[in-house]
Amino acid sequence: MPVPPQLRCCDASGCRSAGGQALRTALEGARDAAGLDPAALTIKPVGCLRLCGSGPLVACDGPGPTQLFGGVAAEHAGALIAAGISSGSGDALAAHRLDLEDPFFALQQPVVLEGCGHVNPESIDDALAFGTYAQLHRVLQELTPEQVRDEVRRSGLRGRGGAGYPTGLKWDTVALQPPGPRYVVCNADEGDPGAFMDRSVLESDPHRLIEGMAIAAYAVGAERGFVYVRAEYPLAIERLRLALQQARSRHLLGNHIDGTTFNLRLEVRVGAGAYVCGEETALLRSIQGQRGMPQPRPPFPAQSGLWGAPTLINNVETFTAVPAILRQGGDWYAAIGTEHSKGTKVFALSGAVVNTGLVEVPMGTPLRTVVEVIGGGVPDGSPIKAVQTGGPSGGCIPAERLDTPVDYESLLELGSMMGSGGMVVMGGATSMPEVARHFMGFSVNESCGKCVPCRAGTVQLAQLLDRFVERRATPADLERLDALCQMVKVTSLCGLGQSAPNPVLSTLRWFRHEYEAACREPATCVAAGGVER
Amino acid sequence: MSVVTLTVNGQDVAVPAGASLLEATRAAEAGVPTLCHLEGLSPVAACRLCLVEVEGSGKLLTACSTQAAEGMVVHTHTPRLREYRRMTVELFFAEGNHVCAVCVANTHCELQDMAVTVGMDHSRFPYQYPQRSVDASHPQFSLDHNRCILCTRCVRVCDEIEGAHVWDIGSRGGQCHIVAGLDEPWGQVQACTSCGKCVEVCPTGALFRNTDTTAEKQPNTTLPALLRTAREQHRWHNQ
Repeated sequence: MPVPPQLRCCDASGCRSAGGQALRTALEGARDAAGLDPAALTIKPVGCLRLCGSGPLVACDGPGPTQLFGGVAAEHAGALIAAGISSGSGDALAAHRLDLEDPFFALQQPVVLEGCGHVNPESIDDALAFGTYAQLHRVLQELTPEQVRDEVRRSGLRGRGGAGYPTGLKWDTVALQPPGPRYVVCNADEGDPGAFMDRSVLESDPHRLIEGMAIAAYAVGAERGFVYVRAEYPLAIERLRLALQQARSRHLLGNHIDGTTFNLRLEVRVGAGAYVCGEETALLRSIQGQRGMPQPRPPFPAQSGLWGAPTLINNVETFTAVPAILRQGGDWYAAIGTEHSKGTKVFALSGAVVNTGLVEVPMGTPLRTVVEVIGGGVPDGSPIKAVQTGGPSGGCIPAERLDTPVDYESLLELGSMMGSGGMVVMGGATSMPEVARHFMGFSVNESCGKCVPCRAGTVQLAQLLDRFVERRATPADLERLDALCQMVKVTSLCGLGQSAPNPVLSTLRWFRHEYEAACREPATCVAAGGVER
Repeated sequence: MSVVTLTVNGQDVAVPAGASLLEATRAAEAGVPTLCHLEGLSPVAACRLCLVEVEGSGKLLTACSTQAAEGMVVHTHTPRLREYRRMTVELFFAEGNHVCAVCVANTHCELQDMAVTVGMDHSRFPYQYPQRSVDASHPQFSLDHNRCILCTRCVRVCDEIEGAHVWDIGSRGGQCHIVAGLDEPWGQVQACTSCGKCVEVCPTGALFRNTDTTAEKQPNTTLPALLRTAREQHRWHNQ
């Protein structure tokens, strides 16, 4: 059946802020003005079309090959309609045409983002037509929970929230707890500055997340679940709530799903603006209506989580990868990526880079490929100085280490971490002590205040960094900075405190000379500090 | 009763199964310092002073919140632990306004004692001199935020022992402070039974009786443990 030509307009936050909604209205007006029937040319709002920096984006599935246009305004509506019904694109759009063969698109391998940019996030019919919920149906009819977990274990999928804990192992741990109620929780409290992968997934393909969570709930024996979304993502919350409502009305959630004995209730819980609530124990307390403060582990949430019951917590990206894994098989997924980091990873590329947007690449892709080939390097053509991964918990990777493959272990070795997937590219003019101070300021504001190394230690660290930024530091400050970073790292209670010094430690490791140069008497700094590179 | 045996600083100790590492270190008389921990209250692992090294564990563990396990090899006073403890106490002193000479708790202050225990004679971190207030709205007691170290003993004793839950924590990070009721003046919180347990367990001079002046506070921190044991063992006739 020939598909009627369609225009896919990105309607995620990025393109909305660039005027995507006005453009869509203009397109509909232009279609009517051209006397076209809506059935002859579909204008469909879709999720993220990847190249967020060039929004608003419109993809044309005309009679010819698909074309993508960026930075288009309402006055181009007529030309876009013309491009939709005929194969070529007029001169008016030549400057806005984006090359889909460009490495930015060509090197991507969409697994999690399969449906992003193709399905209408507000329509369950569209999602169903795209194949969403087919795996849930198959799992419920054909597979036992053990078989599902086995498939996930074989895929080698690891938690995409940052720590990289093996997902199959976590599912097993929850499933094998003594009988009783269980919960599934999706961590969508994406708070790292520079990270917007989870938001894009929620805004673009919420049904796939719901499917992934439902499969997980079946696999671990949970009948209730929560999606914890930060309040700063209003569109994501709206679309997720709509999707949940649609899924309930189609009996894809609720009691006796698909005619089986499997029941599942999913709810959205909205965060109140605390970064620390992305930490799993704090997140669970927040869901229970308490102050979001981390708890000592063990007990781990898999043993004792929500209301003391075994609780499975995974990140948005982790759950969203599950339907594809079950469709294609765990072995297929395990064949992508590296030995210890399987599959693909979504990165949010931003900073001093030509192509800003969402990138999904196989694990093990060299950082250089991601930032220079896919990202296009620094806009003014100057060399990249460093790449920051992992937000305030991660670190800066220097240009000379850009050939490192992106996987959990390699990044940790460099003193950074995978984190949730934010990747900020820094150009030559960036001052590293300033970067470190920026992130430390973030940690000061976001510390929950429970344990003293994080509450008071980050304040002291920020003040020490001020001295370097303002070039009034002394060699003793450098020693104090080193010592306090170590102390905060090993004595803090939760991951936030333990990783708060990472931006400082990694910049001290790779760019120590900048700290030394910031001392009032640089010569004495070098003598006392000792250059370790 | 089943027992677990472990080694603390080279000394073999046996503790009941389910006991915390802290109890094990006490059985070995290792002298692990604690501030937020109090017998009878749930552990929160906030002050980080009881961190110990356990062989085979990549991370330092808080003795108060970790269960003792068979065969553990624990070190409580390695050079780096001593250094971290001293830094921790320095951070406590630097973040508040602790002026012993004019404090009700002088000579009966756990923070003051802790400075001596960990050998902190001065702070290497600059004092922050934060602007903090005093809540003197309660007829019998006062709360001086300047001296508060956020150990949350008052929060826990009020919630877990008295059952009133007058206290909680407000704000975050360095702005964190103890709040009464819904962040009201203490004297206006109707849930407060004026039992004074929070004053008794406060390790510093943050909570005190209005009748006490400099160096006159004589806290009784054994209360929660006594009450909890009595409750668990049904020592009261009306139970």
